[in-house]
Amino acid sequence: MTSPLLQTVGLSIRFGGVEAVRGVNLCLGERELRCLIGPNGAGKSTLFKLLTGQLRPTAGRILFRGEDVTGDHTHAIARRGIGIKTQVPNLFDGLTVREHLWLAARRTSSRQRADAITDEILERVGLRALSDGLVGRLSHGLRQWVELGTVLAGDPELILLDEPAAGMTHDEVARTAELVREINRTHALIVVEHDMKFVRMIARTVTVMHQGGVLVEDTMDQILKNSAVRDIYLGKHGGI
Amino acid sequence: MNRRWVSPGIIVTAAATVAVGVGAPLVVDQFQLLQLTVFATMCILALSLGVVWGYGGILCFGQSAFFGLGAYTYAVTAVNLGESTVAIVLSVVVPAVFAALLGYFMFYGRLSDVYLGVITLSVTLIFFNLANSTAGDAYRIGAARLNGFNGMPSLPTFNVPGNPGRLLDPTETFYLVMALLLIVYGGLHALLASHFGRVVVAVRENETRCELLGYDVRLHKLLIFTVGGAIAGLAGSLFANWGAFVSPNVFSLATTSQIIIWVIVGGLGTLVGPIIGCVIMQYLATELGTQQLANTSLIFGIIFLAFVLLVPRGIVPSLGVVRARLSAARARRTA
Amino acid sequence: MDLAAVLTLEILNGIATLVLISVGLAIVFGMMRVINLAHGEFLMLGGYAAIVATNHGVNIWIAMLIVAPVVVGVIGVIAERLIIRVLYGRMIDTLLATWGLSLFFIGLVTTIFGNTVAGIGAPLGGIPVGRYSISLYRLLLVGIAAAILVAIYVVLRTTRVGLLARGTMENPNMAAALGVSPPRVYAATFGVGAALTGLAGGLLAPISGVLPTVGAAYVAKAFITVISGGTAIMAGTASAASLFGTVNQLLTYLTTPVIGEAGLLGAAILLLRVLPHGITGKLFRGSL
Repeated sequence: MTSPLLQTVGLSIRFGGVEAVRGVNLCLGERELRCLIGPNGAGKSTLFKLLTGQLRPTAGRILFRGEDVTGDHTHAIARRGIGIKTQVPNLFDGLTVREHLWLAARRTSSRQRADAITDEILERVGLRALSDGLVGRLSHGLRQWVELGTVLAGDPELILLDEPAAGMTHDEVARTAELVREINRTHALIVVEHDMKFVRMIARTVTVMHQGGVLVEDTMDQILKNSAVRDIYLGKHGGI
Repeated sequence: MNRRWVSPGIIVTAAATVAVGVGAPLVVDQFQLLQLTVFATMCILALSLGVVWGYGGILCFGQSAFFGLGAYTYAVTAVNLGESTVAIVLSVVVPAVFAALLGYFMFYGRLSDVYLGVITLSVTLIFFNLANSTAGDAYRIGAARLNGFNGMPSLPTFNVPGNPGRLLDPTETFYLVMALLLIVYGGLHALLASHFGRVVVAVRENETRCELLGYDVRLHKLLIFTVGGAIAGLAGSLFANWGAFVSPNVFSLATTSQIIIWVIVGGLGTLVGPIIGCVIMQYLATELGTQQLANTSLIFGIIFLAFVLLVPRGIVPSLGVVRARLSAARARRTA
Repeated sequence: MDLAAVLTLEILNGIATLVLISVGLAIVFGMMRVINLAHGEFLMLGGYAAIVATNHGVNIWIAMLIVAPVVVGVIGVIAERLIIRVLYGRMIDTLLATWGLSLFFIGLVTTIFGNTVAGIGAPLGGIPVGRYSISLYRLLLVGIAAAILVAIYVVLRTTRVGLLARGTMENPNMAAALGVSPPRVYAATFGVGAALTGLAGGLLAPISGVLPTVGAAYVAKAFITVISGGTAIMAGTASAASLFGTVNQLLTYLTTPVIGEAGLLGAAILLLRVLPHGITGKLFRGSL
C-alpha cells in the first residue's frame, strides 16, 4: 500500500488526571472513508481537535502525507488540506451561505474560480435556494449542510465530520449519507456519528473508541458481532 | 462574489461629502468653515474606530493613543523640519508602527475582548500621563520642546509640498480634509469588500471557523488594527494643523470616550454610522460648550448611558432594524 | 542603611496603594466578572466624601474610615440595581454603561464642587529615619492594605456569608435552589466592592488631593493590576500589586516617575503576553 494520507502514532492528550485520548494509532489511506464510533466521552471529538491543531497532544505524533504536523497551528494544518465540520457547527451567523462558501474557496483559488466553486457547491449540497440567506436564521439540519458545503469549498484532501447527521430528519439523514458517499469519490473522510442507521449507510471500515483508546477496528458486520463492542454500548444505545 | 460593493448608501454618503466639500466654502463664513474642518477631521478619526471595532470586532478603547501619537509626531517633525509633507507622512507611519507592535502583543498573545479594551484604554491614559510630565527644557526631540501639560503652540501648518513658504489657507485646508475624508471612506469600503476585508469580518463572526478554513486570524486582526491606527494618526496631524497646537488632551480619557460615543451613537457595523454620530455629537458639543447650563461630561455621561440602555445598536443600525420591521409589516399586510 | 529603609517603605507604599485602589475592583471583577469603568470615580467620590465630611467638622478618621466607604457603598448598590443588573452578562454594554456612569459622576462633581483641588492634610506626621523622614500615615496605609487583604481572605474562607457569596458566583441557579437570592448577593457584592473603593479614595485623599478627574489617574493602574492578577481576589491582587509596585517604585527611584509609570505598563503587557489569564489564571489556580 502506498504511504497513508493520515497517520497518528501513539497520539495522546492528558487533561490534568484524565487521559482523554490514549495512544491512538490511526492509519488512513487516500480517499478512504472511516467511521469512528464509540460511547460519549470516548475521545472522538478530542481526537478531531488534535488532528486539526485546536489541541496540542501531550504525546505522540500526527503525520499528514508523511510530514509531521504535530503541534502546528490550526490554520497551518487547515492549509495542508484537512477540513472539519465540528460537533457544534462553527459558522458565521451574520454572513450569507454564499459568503461562507466563497470565503472557503477564495483562500485557495482566484476570484473567478472561487465564484465558480461557490456555485458548484451550492448546487451539489442543494443550498442554491438559500444562498443569500443569513446562516444565523437557518435550522440545525441546514446549518450542518452549510458547514459541510463550506468545508468542501476549501477542497481539503481529508474531511473530518463530527456528527453530521445530528438534529436531522430521516430524509435529511439519507441525503447526507448520499452526499458523504459522493464526496468520498474524491476525498478521504473520517466520520464520527452516534446515529447507527446513518453509520450503516456509509460504513466500510469502522474504528471503535472507548475511554480514549482504540478498542477495535474492523468492517461494520464484524463490529456488530463483536461482544466487546456490545459491552461498551450496553445500556447506552439500544439499537446496535 | 458581489462585485457591486458600491451600494446606494455608499453613493449617497460620498455624494453628500462631495456636496459639502464643494459647496460649503461658497455659503458659510470663515469661522463656520473652520468648524466644518475640525468636524471632518473628527469624522476621519471616527472612521478609524468604526472599522476596527464595527467590522474587525476589536474593542479598542484607546483609539486616542494613535490620534495623539499622530498629532505629536506631526508637531515634532514639523517644528524640526519647518516643512509639513514629511511630517504628515510620519504622522501616519509612527502610529501605524506602534499599533502593529501593540497589536502583536495583544493578538498573538491571544488576549480576548474585554482585556483588549482595558489594555488599550490604559495605553492612552499612560500616554496622557507621560505627555503631561514632559514640561521643562530637558524634554525635547530635536528642536521641538514637548512642554508637558502646556502643549506645543505655534506649530507650522500645512504647506504646499516642496514649498515651505506657501501655506495652505483655510479654504484649501478644508478642501484637503474633505478630500481625505472621502478617500478614507471610499478606501475603507474598498478594503472591506476585498478578500482581506471579508476575512476580517468573518474573523469577527467566528474566529475558530476562520482558522479552520486556513486563515491566520491573528495576522488579520493585527493588520486591520494597524490600518485603524494609521487613519487615526492621519486625523491627528489634521487636528494639529487645524489649531496649530497640540496638547496632552489628545490622549485624554475625554478624547477617547468621545470617539467611542460617536461610534455607539452612530452605530456599530457601518461606516456612515460613525460619521453621522460624530457630526451630531460634535455639533451638540459645540452648542453645549457655548451654554453654561450643565457640565459637558455630565451630559455626555447621560447620553452614553441612555444609548447603551435604550438604543444599544446605535442610530444607523437601529434605523435599519426599524426599516426592516416596517417592510416586514407591510409585506404581512399585503400578503 | 536608612536609605534602604526608606526605599523599602517606598516600595511597600507603592504596593499598598495599588492594593487599595484595586481590591474593590478585584472583588467586583473576580466574583461578578463585571468590569466597572466608573471605578476611578468611586475612588474620587470616596475622596470627596472624606474631605467634605472633614470640612464639616467630622473627625478625619471617621470621615475616611466610615463616611467614605458608606457613601460610596450606597452609591454602588444603587448603580448595581439600576444599571449593572440590567446589563448583566452583556460585558461590552456593561463596560460602556459604566463608562457613561463615570462621565456622569465627573460632570456631577464638577458641577457641585467646581474644578479646584480640595485638600486635607495627612494626619500623623512623620518620624525621622537617619537623614530621611518617613510619613507615619503612609506606614499606616501599608498596614491597612494588608489588613484588608487578610480580612477578605478570612471572610470568604471562614464565614457563612463568604461561602454564600462564593457559591452564588460559582453557580447562581444552584444557590437560588438552596434559598439564596442571587440578586441580593450581587447587590451586596457590588456594594462591598464599591465601599472598599470608597475607603481607598478616602484614605488616599490626604496624599493626593481630589479633583473631579482624579479617577482617571487611578483607573488605568487599577485595571492593569486586577487583570494581571487574574480571577483570585486576594492572591491575584496581592501578587500583581507586589510585582508592579516594585517595578514602578524601583524604576522611579532609579530614573524618573515617568519611566516608572511606563515600566508598570510594560511589565503588565509582558506579563499578559505570557499569562493571558493573569497570574492566578495559571499559577495559584483555585486560590481565593
